[in-house]
Amino acid sequence: MTRFIMRRLAEIVPVLFVIVTLVFFMIRLAPGGPFDTEKSVPPEVLENLEAYYHLDQPLYRQYLMYLGRLVHGDLGPSFKNSNFSVNELIGLGFPVSLELGLYALAVALVIGLASGISASLKPNSARDYVPMSLAMAGICIPNFVLGPLLVLVFALWLGWLPSSGWDGPLYKILPALTLGAAYAAYIARLTRGSMLEVLSQDFIRTARAKGLSEARVVLRHALRGGIQPVVSFLGPAAAGLLSGSFVIETIFQIPGLGRLFVQAAFNRDYTMILGTVLFYASLILVFNLAVDVIEAFLDPRIREEHRNHA
Amino acid sequence: MPLLDIDNLRTWFYTRNGVVRAVDGVSLQVEPGETLGIVGESGSGKSVANLSYLGLVPSPPGRIVSGTAMFDGIDLIKAPGPVLRSIRGKRISMIFQDPMTALNPYMTVGKQVMEPLLVHDGLGRAEAADRAVQMLESVGLQDAAGPEARMRAYPHQLSGGMRQRVMIAMALVTHPQLLIADEPTTALDVTVQAQILELIKQMQQRLGTAMILITHNLGVIAGTCDRVLVMYAGRFLESATTRDLFYSPRHPYTRALMDSMPSARKPGEDLYTIPGLPPELTSEIVGCPFAPRCAHAKDVCRRRPALLQEVAPNHATACTRVQAGEL
Repeated sequence: MTRFIMRRLAEIVPVLFVIVTLVFFMIRLAPGGPFDTEKSVPPEVLENLEAYYHLDQPLYRQYLMYLGRLVHGDLGPSFKNSNFSVNELIGLGFPVSLELGLYALAVALVIGLASGISASLKPNSARDYVPMSLAMAGICIPNFVLGPLLVLVFALWLGWLPSSGWDGPLYKILPALTLGAAYAAYIARLTRGSMLEVLSQDFIRTARAKGLSEARVVLRHALRGGIQPVVSFLGPAAAGLLSGSFVIETIFQIPGLGRLFVQAAFNRDYTMILGTVLFYASLILVFNLAVDVIEAFLDPRIREEHRNHA
Repeated sequence: MPLLDIDNLRTWFYTRNGVVRAVDGVSLQVEPGETLGIVGESGSGKSVANLSYLGLVPSPPGRIVSGTAMFDGIDLIKAPGPVLRSIRGKRISMIFQDPMTALNPYMTVGKQVMEPLLVHDGLGRAEAADRAVQMLESVGLQDAAGPEARMRAYPHQLSGGMRQRVMIAMALVTHPQLLIADEPTTALDVTVQAQILELIKQMQQRLGTAMILITHNLGVIAGTCDRVLVMYAGRFLESATTRDLFYSPRHPYTRALMDSMPSARKPGEDLYTIPGLPPELTSEIVGCPFAPRCAHAKDVCRRRPALLQEVAPNHATACTRVQAGEL
C-alpha cells in the first residue's frame, strides 16, 4: 500500500507540469491583458509595468522563469493585487473556503447517506419517494436560486440567521446548507441506487439466512459495497467543495477562494489564474488518491490489485 | 414427531404480469437426522418453498398465502421477526447454490464463519475464532501456512469448491438441527461435486443434522437422500423412498424424468426429452399440472385436482390414473 501511494504521489508531478504548461499558454491566447483598463494608460507607465512583471520578455522566457519560481513553491506576484503574492492570496482565501467546504461536506454526507440508505431499505414506499423527490429537486435547483431563497426565508422573514458575512457560527449555516444541498441530493441518489443493488445480491440473502438482525445486515454486510460509488464521487466533489464556490461566496459575501479564482480570470491576472488552477488541480489529485486508498480499504479485491501492480 | 412439518404452503408472487403461483399447496415432513431430497426442474418452486418458511422470500412481490410450518412447536410462518432470526442460522441453516456470490466479498472467511457464533451463541471473539478454525479444518480447508491463514483469506482468493466448503462450515458451525442445501453442487466442477456431497454427508452424520437437499440432479439424490419429493409447477407430484423412486417410479412425470437421464440411453441413441414446456404459473391450474405434457393424460386429469395419495406403503403419487389403478 505504501508503495502504491508513493507511486501515485510521484505521478502527480508530471500531471501538474502538463497542467501548468497548458494553462500558461492558453491564458495568453485570450484577448486583453492584466493592465487593460477602460481609461487609457500612458504608454510609459504600461511599459514600466510590463517590464516589472517581465511581460516584455519573449513568452518562452516568461514560461521558464515561472517554472523556475514554481519549483521553489513560489506562485509569483499577483498582477492585480499589487501588494500581494499569489501564495498570500490563496493563504487568505483557502482557510475560509476550507471551513465552509467542510461544513457543506458534513451536511452533504449526513443528509445524503442517511436518506439514501433509508430509502434503499424500503424501496417504492413513502420513505423512498419523499426524500428522492426532494433530492431530484435539490439537484435541479441551482445554488444561485436556493441561496437567495434561504436568505429570504431564514434571514429576512424569520430573522433567525444573518443574511451575509462571515463573522461567527450563525453566519456559516446558510452558506453551508446552500453549498451542501446539491451534493446531499446527489449522494442520496447514489447511495440509494448502489445500496439497492448490493441488497439484492446473494450474499445479503446469506447474511439474512444466518439470522442476523436487519441493522447488522445493512451496516456490516451491505454498507461497504454500497458506499463505494459515493466514495468515488467524493474525491472530485470534496475538491470542488473545499476550494470554494464563486456563486456561494458572492451571494453570502464570503472572502473565500472561489471569488479570487473568478476575479482573476476576469482580470487576466495571469499568475493568479495559474496559481488557483494549480491549487485546485493539486486538491483534485490528492483527493483522488485518497479515494483510491479508501476504496482499497473497503474492498479487498482492489487492495490485491494494487499489490500486484506495485 | 417430525422436526419440521409443513402443511399446505402457498407462496405467490404478485407481479405486474399477474399472480405467479410459485408454490401452490405443498406439505412435507422432515424427521430428525433424515435426508429429504426435493427434485424438480428450474422454476418448479423448490427453492422458493424452502425460502418461504424461513422468511427469506422478498416481500413484495412474494407473499405466503397459506400454510403452516411447525418447527419444534413454533409456526415459522407466523413467528415474529426476532423469533425467526433466532432460529435462522442457529437451528436451521442454509447452503446456497453459487458460492461465488453467496459469500460476502468484503469480509474475511474467518469473520463470516465466526458471525453466527457471535450473534447466536454469544461467544467472545477468541472463542468464536477457535471454533471457526476447528470448523474450517473439519471441512477440509487447509492451508500450508496453517488454518489461521485461511481465516484471513477473502472469498475471491479461494476456488469454487473451497468457497462451498466455507459455506458448509458457516452453516454447520452452530450445529443446526436442520440443514437446507439448495443446489449445493450445481455451480461446481463435476470433480468437485462428489467431494462436496461426500463432505456434506459426513458432516451431517457427525452432527446428526437433518437435511433437505434441493436439486435438479437425480444422480445427486440417488447417492444422498433417504426420501424424495418430486416437484413440478409448485406442487409435489410424487413422494417415495429413494429406492422406490428409482426402482418403481409411479408418476408419469417421474418416469419421464428417469427416461431423460442421459445414462438411461444407449450410446449414440437420441436423448429423451419431455415434449412441451412447464405451464405458466400465472393462471390457476385446475387439474394435474403435468397433464398437457403427459402421454397418458385423459380428460379426468385436466378436471380433477391432482393430490398426493399413497399407492403403496410410504409411496404417494398425485397421478389420478395411477391412483385409480389404470397405469
